Amino acid sequence: MSICTDKRPTDNRSEVEAAARESLGPEIVEFIAACRRGAQPASQLIAVLHKVQAQYGYLSPEHLDAVAQLLRVPAAKVAGVASFYHFFRLKPRGKFKINVCLGTACYVKGADRVAQKIMDELGITWGETSNDGVFTLEAARCLGTCGLAPVVTVEEDVHGNVTPDQVPALLEKYLKLARGGSSG
Amino acid sequence: MAKKKKKITLTIDDNPITVDEGTTIMEAAEQLGISIPRLCYHPDLSLAGSCRVCIVDVKEMGFYMAACSSQVWEGMQVQTNSPEIRQARRDIVELLIDNHPMDCQTCDRDGHCELQNLAYSMGVRRRHFEGQRKRFPIELSSHSVVRDAEKCILCGRCVRVCAEIQGVYNLSQHGRGFHTVVAPAHEADMDKSVCIQCGQCINVCPTAAFLEQRGAKGVWNAINDPEMHVVVQTAPSIRAAIGEGFGLPPGTPATGKMVTALRRLGFDAVFDTDFAADLTIVEEAHEFLTRLKEGPLPMITSCSPGWVSFMEKFYPELIPHASTCRSPMSMLSALVKSYYAEKKGLDPAKVYVVAVMPCVAKKYEARRPEHFGPDGRPYTDAVLTTRELIWMIKCYGINFTRLPDGQFDDPLGTASGAGDIFGTTGGVMEATLRAASELVTGKPADRLEFTEVRAVEGLRETYVAIGEHNIHVGVANGLTNAKVLLDKVVVGTEQFHVIEVMACPGGCIGGGGQPYPPEGVKVLDPGLLRRRASALYAIDGGKTLRKSYENPAVEALYDAFLGGPGSEKAHELLHTHYSAKLPRGIR
Repeated sequence: MSICTDKRPTDNRSEVEAAARESLGPEIVEFIAACRRGAQPASQLIAVLHKVQAQYGYLSPEHLDAVAQLLRVPAAKVAGVASFYHFFRLKPRGKFKINVCLGTACYVKGADRVAQKIMDELGITWGETSNDGVFTLEAARCLGTCGLAPVVTVEEDVHGNVTPDQVPALLEKYLKLARGGSSG
Repeated sequence: MAKKKKKITLTIDDNPITVDEGTTIMEAAEQLGISIPRLCYHPDLSLAGSCRVCIVDVKEMGFYMAACSSQVWEGMQVQTNSPEIRQARRDIVELLIDNHPMDCQTCDRDGHCELQNLAYSMGVRRRHFEGQRKRFPIELSSHSVVRDAEKCILCGRCVRVCAEIQGVYNLSQHGRGFHTVVAPAHEADMDKSVCIQCGQCINVCPTAAFLEQRGAKGVWNAINDPEMHVVVQTAPSIRAAIGEGFGLPPGTPATGKMVTALRRLGFDAVFDTDFAADLTIVEEAHEFLTRLKEGPLPMITSCSPGWVSFMEKFYPELIPHASTCRSPMSMLSALVKSYYAEKKGLDPAKVYVVAVMPCVAKKYEARRPEHFGPDGRPYTDAVLTTRELIWMIKCYGINFTRLPDGQFDDPLGTASGAGDIFGTTGGVMEATLRAASELVTGKPADRLEFTEVRAVEGLRETYVAIGEHNIHVGVANGLTNAKVLLDKVVVGTEQFHVIEVMACPGGCIGGGGQPYPPEGVKVLDPGLLRRRASALYAIDGGKTLRKSYENPAVEALYDAFLGGPGSEKAHELLHTHYSAKLPRGIR
């Protein structure tokens, strides 16, 4: 009786690791390798996730699995950490991040109606990204410019005294920028 | 020499006690016969201290402390019981169930739920809080394990058993606050995760957030179909545990009553998986002899489907070491649809095979394409856990404890004692050694019992002299224990000849499909597992037929049907193969 007629190696580690390196890119791969040379590689998990998010804008399941494979930390743990911290984003971010201030002053001046108008126009809710990948909507808690309430920021631009009917024109301006492809 | 531990004297409910430094309040209280209510705590798992059910009042602390995770100090004065403490505990349990479906009567775990028992004993009789409820769909993707996150109370026992006892780490808590959910990475479906289907998450869950996939419906349908010839087989460890479901003390062998109950349920033939365990030993012993000459060594057993799944995801480089023998369940099912069908003149398409297993991973094994017959149907049509069979017997109105003893049917119902002990850790190894010693030396074995391979503590390494060979054997149960041996094989620091791995603590007797322990007994309790194991050793010791080789039914099968061990037909029906599976686990 033959026991093992197939002499091909049964290990898939090299393919799995190659895919992980491909997913993360050489810079992060080198960073993880440096962590692994240190005393407690797993303790560098959050630092690695910061690097990945800085490079790709968010943490996809593929990124997280790749980190797990190369840092040798179970994927469930990596994903658990990534989903716990507010700073980490698990979905791709739009080209322009819209922050609607929901601080007290903005709220009483109608920020909720401005936000609702943005949601209606883009068909998204808090934390989501529009289908065309242009906008991500987030809520802010007081931007410290209450005199301009209600305040909406788009990336670094600050828009004060925004009313719901100004929203379509405001979005259109950034849509044009996005189509032009010159920004960012 | 171990340093003598400092002694600490304290009072608990005004009873003075002296304990070792480092003892927790909960452990000290146990010594006084005070059982502090608890939920997330489990003695074999790391401390979580997350449920706060075990709070106690410590004088001058100003806040309630968790007894499970607080160590005693000199002069400590603990109150475990006062109207205030009981009220606070009751509030905690009420808040836990506020976010719980409270559908006890229709829940699979009704009567075996720690949350239910706790709510009763805390005196929760009314719902004071009605708030928002978390909503999650039931996750049914796995053949073995169902995840129902709405039932989850976030105690984290499943996360810990998966990571610490099994070394799989498939589960963690995702998100935070109200939205926290226990799931595999990325909240992926279980069948896309590194889950190895062992079902220990089901065993340790205090509620019903994890359950086995139900299999009884298809079995009832087959029994009620007059066209179908329905065959059942029972694994070695079922007879050692099934009695617990009917109030018999753990460790009561119940083979005869189980057979009678199965016959009354309407099965046309009742076969013994132990028969196929004997067959496995004969095939595996031959495989071992070949490997002794040609390698690769060590040979690693492959009866445990949780372990096979673990190997394919975590140690695929060891696949050439795994015995190619199918598990006893799959061997027996393959023989029912060939040898038995032929002998009885049955159309294999009209034969339905049910396997009663201590294991939820067997549900997955039965659906692996390697275990499908030439007609494209699985050899094993349905797998039931011990728990499911207990329920079916109750459902049918059978008074189990009053049943007369029955006998397994021929030709697949005779087994040696070596087949019986397959159900406990070290049993496959012991059965192998009984056979190998004769095969190697050509003389009758000078002994039958190899107690040195019974790995009750989870891990054993030893040498066994067989003829001129000094066989280096390793036995492990619980995959964290197995990793210790497997890493030695991978690195090559030690040369083993045979390694037995069973995925679950204690082996099949502690499987993910075994009865929930009676109230007051912890799941995975070594005492409970030892009593179940002793039932199997008692059955083995009471038999005159104790060697797989001497099983006349096995001999008849080789003579009349297979040809001989390792024959072409034997290879087709009794052997299988494995392959690396994704996602790759981190070990």
